[in-house]
Amino acid sequence: MERAGCIEMMYPELEDKLVVTIMGACAQELYNLGHRENFFYLQHAMGLASSIGLGLAMHLPRERVIVLDGDGSALMNLGTFVTLARYRPKNLIHVVFDNGSLLSTGGFDSQTATGLTDLAAIARGAGIEAVASASTTTEFGEAFVEALERDDLSVIVAKVAAVGPEHYGMDLQLPENAFRFKRWILERQRSAERAS
Amino acid sequence: MTVSYENSKIIFDGIKAAGIRSLSALPETWLGLLLQRAEDDSEIQLVQVAKEEEAIGIAAGAYFAGTPHALLMQNHGFFGAINGIVSLAELYHIPLCMLIALRGHWGEPYPWHTRGGIVTEGVLRALGIPFEYARDPAKVAKQIREAWTFSQSSLSPVALLLTRDLMED
Repeated sequence: MERAGCIEMMYPELEDKLVVTIMGACAQELYNLGHRENFFYLQHAMGLASSIGLGLAMHLPRERVIVLDGDGSALMNLGTFVTLARYRPKNLIHVVFDNGSLLSTGGFDSQTATGLTDLAAIARGAGIEAVASASTTTEFGEAFVEALERDDLSVIVAKVAAVGPEHYGMDLQLPENAFRFKRWILERQRSAERAS
Repeated sequence: MTVSYENSKIIFDGIKAAGIRSLSALPETWLGLLLQRAEDDSEIQLVQVAKEEEAIGIAAGAYFAGTPHALLMQNHGFFGAINGIVSLAELYHIPLCMLIALRGHWGEPYPWHTRGGIVTEGVLRALGIPFEYARDPAKVAKQIREAWTFSQSSLSPVALLLTRDLMED
Protein backbone atom coordinates (compact mmCIF):
# COMPACT_ATOMS: atom_id res chain seq x y z
CA MET A 1 0.00 0.00 0.00
CA GLU A 2 1.22 3.48 -0.83
CA ARG A 3 0.46 6.62 1.13
CA ALA A 4 -0.37 8.57 -2.05
CA GLY A 5 -3.16 6.08 -2.80
CA CYS A 6 -4.56 6.42 0.72
CA ILE A 7 -4.54 10.22 0.51
CA GLU A 8 -6.22 10.06 -2.89
CA MET A 9 -8.91 7.85 -1.39
CA MET A 10 -9.46 10.38 1.41
CA TYR A 11 -9.31 13.47 -0.79
CA PRO A 12 -13.02 13.79 -1.74
CA GLU A 13 -13.88 13.81 1.97
CA LEU A 14 -11.43 16.60 2.79
CA GLU A 15 -13.31 19.44 1.11
CA ASP A 16 -14.90 20.81 4.27
CA LYS A 17 -12.52 19.50 6.92
CA LEU A 18 -9.46 21.03 8.53
CA VAL A 19 -6.45 19.03 7.40
CA VAL A 20 -2.98 19.23 8.96
CA THR A 21 -0.14 17.30 7.33
CA ILE A 22 3.44 16.64 8.26
CA MET A 23 6.35 17.76 6.10
CA GLY A 24 7.74 16.52 2.85
CA ALA A 25 6.24 13.65 0.90
CA CYS A 26 2.95 13.55 2.78
CA ALA A 27 2.35 17.28 2.30
CA GLN A 28 3.37 17.12 -1.35
CA GLU A 29 1.11 14.19 -2.15
CA LEU A 30 -1.90 16.03 -0.74
CA TYR A 31 -0.91 19.27 -2.48
CA ASN A 32 -0.50 17.47 -5.81
CA LEU A 33 -4.15 16.40 -5.67
CA GLY A 34 -5.12 20.06 -5.51
CA HIS A 35 -4.49 22.55 -2.73
CA ARG A 36 -7.43 23.76 -0.71
CA GLU A 37 -7.51 26.67 1.72
CA ASN A 38 -8.42 24.30 4.57
CA PHE A 39 -5.10 22.41 4.27
CA PHE A 40 -2.15 23.31 6.51
CA TYR A 41 1.23 21.81 5.69
CA LEU A 42 3.62 21.70 8.65
CA GLN A 43 6.90 21.66 6.74
CA HIS A 44 9.07 21.42 9.85
CA ALA A 45 8.65 21.11 13.64
CA MET A 46 8.39 17.32 13.35
CA GLY A 47 5.91 15.84 15.78
CA LEU A 48 3.60 18.79 16.18
CA ALA A 49 1.02 18.09 13.46
CA SER A 50 -1.06 16.08 15.92
CA SER A 51 -0.74 18.82 18.56
CA ILE A 52 -1.98 21.43 16.07
CA GLY A 53 -4.84 19.06 15.25
CA LEU A 54 -5.66 18.73 18.95
CA GLY A 55 -5.61 22.51 19.39
CA LEU A 56 -7.91 22.95 16.39
CA ALA A 57 -10.29 20.18 17.45
CA MET A 58 -10.61 21.41 21.05
CA HIS A 59 -11.20 25.01 20.06
CA LEU A 60 -13.44 24.29 17.05
CA PRO A 61 -15.77 21.55 18.29
CA ARG A 62 -18.11 21.95 15.30
CA GLU A 63 -15.38 21.35 12.72
CA ARG A 64 -13.93 18.01 11.70
CA VAL A 65 -10.12 17.83 11.91
CA ILE A 66 -7.90 15.32 10.14
CA VAL A 67 -4.18 14.96 10.86
CA LEU A 68 -1.92 13.19 8.36
CA ASP A 69 1.06 12.13 10.44
CA GLY A 70 4.01 9.81 9.91
CA ASP A 71 5.98 7.35 12.01
CA GLY A 72 9.10 9.53 12.17
CA SER A 73 7.08 12.54 13.30
CA ALA A 74 4.87 10.62 15.72
CA LEU A 75 7.95 9.12 17.36
CA MET A 76 9.22 12.62 18.07
CA ASN A 77 6.09 13.43 20.06
CA LEU A 78 4.81 10.20 21.61
CA GLY A 79 3.37 12.20 24.51
CA THR A 80 0.76 13.49 22.08
CA PHE A 81 -1.08 10.14 22.24
CA VAL A 82 -1.49 10.58 25.99
CA THR A 83 -2.76 14.14 25.62
CA LEU A 84 -5.12 13.08 22.81
CA ALA A 85 -6.47 10.28 25.02
CA ARG A 86 -6.97 12.64 27.95
CA TYR A 87 -8.94 15.29 26.06
CA ARG A 88 -10.49 12.88 23.56
CA PRO A 89 -11.75 15.35 20.97
CA LYS A 90 -14.62 13.61 19.15
CA ASN A 91 -13.97 15.58 15.99
CA LEU A 92 -10.38 14.47 15.37
CA ILE A 93 -9.07 11.71 13.13
CA HIS A 94 -5.35 11.08 13.52
CA VAL A 95 -3.88 9.08 10.63
CA VAL A 96 -0.30 7.85 11.07
CA PHE A 97 1.34 6.62 7.88
CA ASP A 98 4.03 4.21 9.03
CA ASN A 99 6.57 3.61 6.27
CA GLY A 100 9.41 2.68 8.60
CA SER A 101 11.45 5.44 7.06
CA LEU A 102 12.56 9.02 7.53
CA LEU A 103 11.82 9.35 3.83
CA SER A 104 11.71 13.12 3.56
CA THR A 105 14.84 13.76 5.62
CA GLY A 106 17.20 11.43 3.76
CA GLY A 107 15.43 8.08 3.47
CA PHE A 108 16.99 6.52 6.55
CA ASP A 109 15.23 3.75 8.43
CA SER A 110 13.01 5.06 11.21
CA GLN A 111 12.76 3.36 14.59
CA THR A 112 9.69 1.40 13.46
CA ALA A 113 11.72 -0.30 10.71
CA THR A 114 12.91 -2.86 13.27
CA GLY A 115 9.43 -4.34 13.20
CA LEU A 116 9.43 -4.40 16.99
CA THR A 117 7.31 -1.35 17.57
CA ASP A 118 3.56 -1.17 17.08
CA LEU A 119 2.37 2.44 16.96
CA ALA A 120 -1.26 1.32 17.16
CA ALA A 121 -0.49 -0.52 20.40
CA ILE A 122 1.19 2.63 21.73
CA ALA A 123 -1.93 4.67 20.89
CA ARG A 124 -4.13 2.03 22.57
CA GLY A 125 -1.83 1.90 25.58
CA ALA A 126 -2.04 5.67 25.86
CA GLY A 127 -5.77 5.24 26.37
CA ILE A 128 -7.26 5.88 22.93
CA GLU A 129 -10.18 3.50 22.32
CA ALA A 130 -10.75 3.67 18.57
CA VAL A 131 -7.46 2.61 17.05
CA ALA A 132 -7.32 0.78 13.72
CA SER A 133 -4.40 -0.77 11.86
CA ALA A 134 -4.43 -1.04 8.08
CA SER A 135 -2.03 -2.71 5.70
CA THR A 136 -4.16 -2.86 2.55
CA THR A 137 -6.08 -0.11 0.78
CA THR A 138 -9.34 -1.91 1.51
CA GLU A 139 -8.54 -1.98 5.23
CA PHE A 140 -7.52 1.66 5.12
CA GLY A 141 -10.67 2.72 3.27
CA GLU A 142 -12.86 0.86 5.75
CA ALA A 143 -11.02 2.29 8.74
CA PHE A 144 -11.35 5.82 7.33
CA VAL A 145 -15.07 5.47 6.65
CA GLU A 146 -15.61 4.08 10.14
CA ALA A 147 -13.63 6.97 11.63
CA LEU A 148 -15.77 9.48 9.68
CA GLU A 149 -18.95 7.83 10.95
CA ARG A 150 -17.69 7.54 14.53
CA ASP A 151 -18.46 10.37 16.93
CA ASP A 152 -15.16 9.92 18.75
CA LEU A 153 -11.43 10.38 18.50
CA SER A 154 -10.02 7.91 15.98
CA VAL A 155 -6.46 6.85 15.25
CA ILE A 156 -5.55 4.91 12.11
CA VAL A 157 -2.06 3.46 11.74
CA ALA A 158 -1.46 2.64 8.08
CA LYS A 159 1.51 0.53 7.02
CA VAL A 160 2.72 2.02 3.75
CA ALA A 161 5.68 1.65 1.41
CA ALA A 162 8.60 4.05 1.78
CA VAL A 163 8.00 5.91 -1.48
CA GLY A 164 7.24 9.55 -2.18
CA PRO A 165 6.55 11.91 -5.06
CA GLU A 166 9.09 12.46 -7.84
CA HIS A 167 9.11 16.22 -7.52
CA TYR A 168 8.75 18.58 -4.59
CA GLY A 169 7.59 22.15 -4.61
CA MET A 170 4.56 24.25 -3.78
CA ASP A 171 3.39 27.60 -5.07
CA LEU A 172 2.64 28.61 -1.48
CA GLN A 173 4.88 30.40 1.02
CA LEU A 174 4.79 28.99 4.54
CA PRO A 175 3.33 32.06 6.32
CA GLU A 176 0.91 32.49 3.41
CA ASN A 177 -0.38 28.97 4.09
CA ALA A 178 -0.90 29.86 7.76
CA PHE A 179 -2.63 33.18 6.98
CA ARG A 180 -4.97 31.65 4.41
CA PHE A 181 -5.75 28.64 6.62
CA LYS A 182 -6.72 30.98 9.46
CA ARG A 183 -8.75 33.12 7.06
CA TRP A 184 -10.67 30.06 5.83
CA ILE A 185 -11.61 29.17 9.42
CA LEU A 186 -12.65 32.75 10.19
CA GLU A 187 -14.86 32.96 7.12
CA ARG A 188 -16.47 29.64 8.02
CA GLN A 189 -17.21 30.95 11.49
CA ARG A 190 -18.71 34.13 10.03
CA SER A 191 -20.93 32.28 7.59
CA ALA A 192 -22.07 29.92 10.38
CA GLU A 193 -22.96 32.97 12.48
CA ARG A 194 -24.90 34.52 9.61
CA ALA A 195 -26.79 31.27 9.08
CA SER A 196 -27.81 30.95 12.73
CA MET B 1 9.54 29.78 50.87
CA THR B 2 6.02 29.11 49.66
CA VAL B 3 4.30 29.90 46.42
CA SER B 4 2.35 33.14 46.70
CA TYR B 5 -1.37 32.45 46.88
CA GLU B 6 -2.19 36.12 46.54
CA ASN B 7 0.04 36.73 43.52
CA SER B 8 -1.08 33.53 41.80
CA LYS B 9 -4.60 34.93 42.00
CA ILE B 10 -3.45 38.32 40.66
CA ILE B 11 -1.73 36.61 37.70
CA PHE B 12 -4.76 34.45 36.97
CA ASP B 13 -7.08 37.47 37.12
CA GLY B 14 -4.63 39.28 34.82
CA ILE B 15 -4.79 36.44 32.31
CA LYS B 16 -8.57 36.61 32.28
CA ALA B 17 -8.62 40.41 32.14
CA ALA B 18 -6.38 40.23 29.05
CA GLY B 19 -9.17 38.29 27.35
CA ILE B 20 -7.30 34.99 27.33
CA ARG B 21 -9.74 32.08 27.42
CA SER B 22 -7.51 29.08 26.77
CA LEU B 23 -4.32 27.93 28.49
CA SER B 24 -1.84 25.19 27.81
CA ALA B 25 0.45 24.16 30.62
CA LEU B 26 2.75 21.68 32.17
CA PRO B 27 2.27 21.95 35.93
CA GLU B 28 5.18 22.87 38.17
CA THR B 29 5.46 24.28 41.69
CA TRP B 30 5.28 27.99 40.90
CA LEU B 31 2.42 27.48 38.45
CA GLY B 32 0.43 25.05 40.59
CA LEU B 33 -1.95 27.47 42.31
CA LEU B 34 -2.53 29.30 39.06
CA LEU B 35 -3.44 26.09 37.28
CA GLN B 36 -5.82 25.07 40.05
CA ARG B 37 -7.71 28.29 39.45
CA ALA B 38 -7.76 27.61 35.72
CA GLU B 39 -9.11 24.11 36.34
CA ASP B 40 -11.90 25.45 38.53
CA ASP B 41 -12.89 28.23 36.13
CA SER B 42 -15.52 27.28 33.56
CA GLU B 43 -14.58 30.23 31.35
CA ILE B 44 -11.05 28.92 30.84
CA GLN B 45 -10.17 25.94 28.68
CA LEU B 46 -7.07 24.29 30.15
CA VAL B 47 -4.97 21.81 28.17
CA GLN B 48 -2.28 20.04 30.14
CA VAL B 49 0.53 18.52 28.11
CA ALA B 50 3.09 15.78 28.61
CA LYS B 51 5.90 17.94 27.22
CA GLU B 52 5.97 21.67 26.60
CA GLU B 53 6.67 21.38 22.87
CA GLU B 54 3.16 19.93 22.41
CA ALA B 55 1.80 23.22 23.71
CA ILE B 56 3.34 25.10 20.77
CA GLY B 57 1.19 23.02 18.41
CA ILE B 58 -1.88 23.41 20.61
CA ALA B 59 -1.32 27.18 20.77
CA ALA B 60 -1.10 27.28 16.97
CA GLY B 61 -4.39 25.38 16.75
CA ALA B 62 -6.04 27.80 19.19
CA TYR B 63 -4.68 30.75 17.19
CA PHE B 64 -6.07 29.37 13.93
CA ALA B 65 -9.38 28.83 15.72
CA GLY B 66 -9.45 32.44 16.91
CA THR B 67 -9.39 31.58 20.63
CA PRO B 68 -7.09 33.80 22.76
CA HIS B 69 -4.52 31.44 24.23
CA ALA B 70 -1.52 31.68 26.55
CA LEU B 71 1.15 29.12 27.40
CA LEU B 72 2.35 28.46 30.95
CA MET B 73 5.63 26.68 31.39
CA GLN B 74 8.85 26.57 33.36
CA ASN B 75 12.01 27.88 31.69
CA HIS B 76 13.36 24.32 31.36
CA GLY B 77 10.17 23.37 29.55
CA PHE B 78 10.68 26.37 27.28
CA PHE B 79 14.08 24.92 26.36
CA GLY B 80 12.40 21.64 25.48
CA ALA B 81 9.95 23.46 23.21
CA ILE B 82 12.48 25.41 21.17
CA ASN B 83 12.23 23.49 17.89
CA GLY B 84 8.48 24.02 17.87
CA ILE B 85 8.90 27.70 18.69
CA VAL B 86 11.43 28.17 15.87
CA SER B 87 10.06 25.85 13.19
CA LEU B 88 6.34 26.30 13.75
CA ALA B 89 5.63 29.61 15.52
CA GLU B 90 8.45 31.75 14.14
CA LEU B 91 8.56 30.09 10.72
CA TYR B 92 4.83 30.50 10.11
CA HIS B 93 4.38 33.83 11.97
CA ILE B 94 2.13 32.38 14.64
CA PRO B 95 1.96 34.42 17.86
CA LEU B 96 2.70 32.84 21.23
CA CYS B 97 2.01 34.54 24.56
CA MET B 98 4.29 32.62 26.94
CA LEU B 99 4.32 33.05 30.70
CA ILE B 100 7.52 31.38 31.85
CA ALA B 101 8.44 30.54 35.44
CA LEU B 102 12.04 31.72 35.75
CA ARG B 103 13.59 29.09 37.98
CA GLY B 104 17.29 29.02 38.80
CA HIS B 105 17.84 32.73 39.08
CA TRP B 106 18.55 35.28 41.91
CA GLY B 107 17.99 33.58 45.26
CA GLU B 108 17.73 30.07 43.81
CA PRO B 109 18.61 27.51 46.51
CA TYR B 110 18.39 24.41 44.28
CA PRO B 111 21.54 23.64 42.28
CA TRP B 112 19.67 21.70 39.57
CA HIS B 113 17.72 24.77 38.45
CA THR B 114 20.67 27.14 38.23
CA ARG B 115 22.09 26.46 34.75
CA GLY B 116 18.67 26.91 33.18
CA GLY B 117 18.11 30.15 35.04
CA ILE B 118 21.47 31.51 34.01
CA VAL B 119 20.99 30.92 30.28
CA THR B 120 17.28 31.76 29.90
CA GLU B 121 17.74 35.42 28.94
CA GLY B 122 20.51 34.58 26.45
CA VAL B 123 18.39 31.89 24.80
CA LEU B 124 15.44 34.27 24.47
CA ARG B 125 17.72 36.87 22.87
CA ALA B 126 19.22 34.30 20.49
CA LEU B 127 15.73 33.30 19.36
CA GLY B 128 14.68 36.92 18.86
CA ILE B 129 11.89 36.57 21.41
CA PRO B 130 10.95 39.85 23.14
CA PHE B 131 10.70 39.45 26.90
CA GLU B 132 10.03 41.30 30.16
CA TYR B 133 10.54 40.36 33.79
CA ALA B 134 7.45 40.32 35.98
CA ARG B 135 8.46 41.20 39.55
CA ASP B 136 5.74 43.48 40.90
CA PRO B 137 2.21 42.20 41.60
CA ALA B 138 0.89 45.70 41.03
CA LYS B 139 2.18 45.67 37.46
CA VAL B 140 1.85 42.05 36.35
CA ALA B 141 -1.73 42.29 35.00
CA LYS B 142 -0.69 45.15 32.71
CA GLN B 143 2.40 43.21 31.65
CA ILE B 144 0.28 40.19 30.72
CA ARG B 145 -2.09 42.37 28.71
CA GLU B 146 0.81 44.01 26.93
CA ALA B 147 2.52 40.69 26.24
CA TRP B 148 -0.72 39.43 24.72
CA THR B 149 -1.21 42.57 22.61
CA PHE B 150 2.38 42.53 21.35
CA SER B 151 2.27 38.83 20.44
CA GLN B 152 -0.80 39.46 18.30
CA SER B 153 0.50 42.58 16.55
CA SER B 154 3.99 41.18 15.91
CA LEU B 155 2.81 37.63 15.08
CA SER B 156 5.76 36.50 17.19
CA PRO B 157 6.42 34.57 20.35
CA VAL B 158 6.78 36.86 23.37
CA ALA B 159 7.77 35.87 26.90
CA LEU B 160 6.87 37.23 30.30
CA LEU B 161 9.32 35.85 32.88
CA LEU B 162 7.66 35.15 36.22
CA THR B 163 10.36 35.83 38.83
CA ARG B 164 10.91 34.69 42.41
CA ASP B 165 9.93 38.15 43.70
CA LEU B 166 6.48 37.62 42.22
CA MET B 167 5.96 33.89 42.71
CA GLU B 168 7.18 33.32 46.27
CA ASP B 169 6.16 34.83 49.57
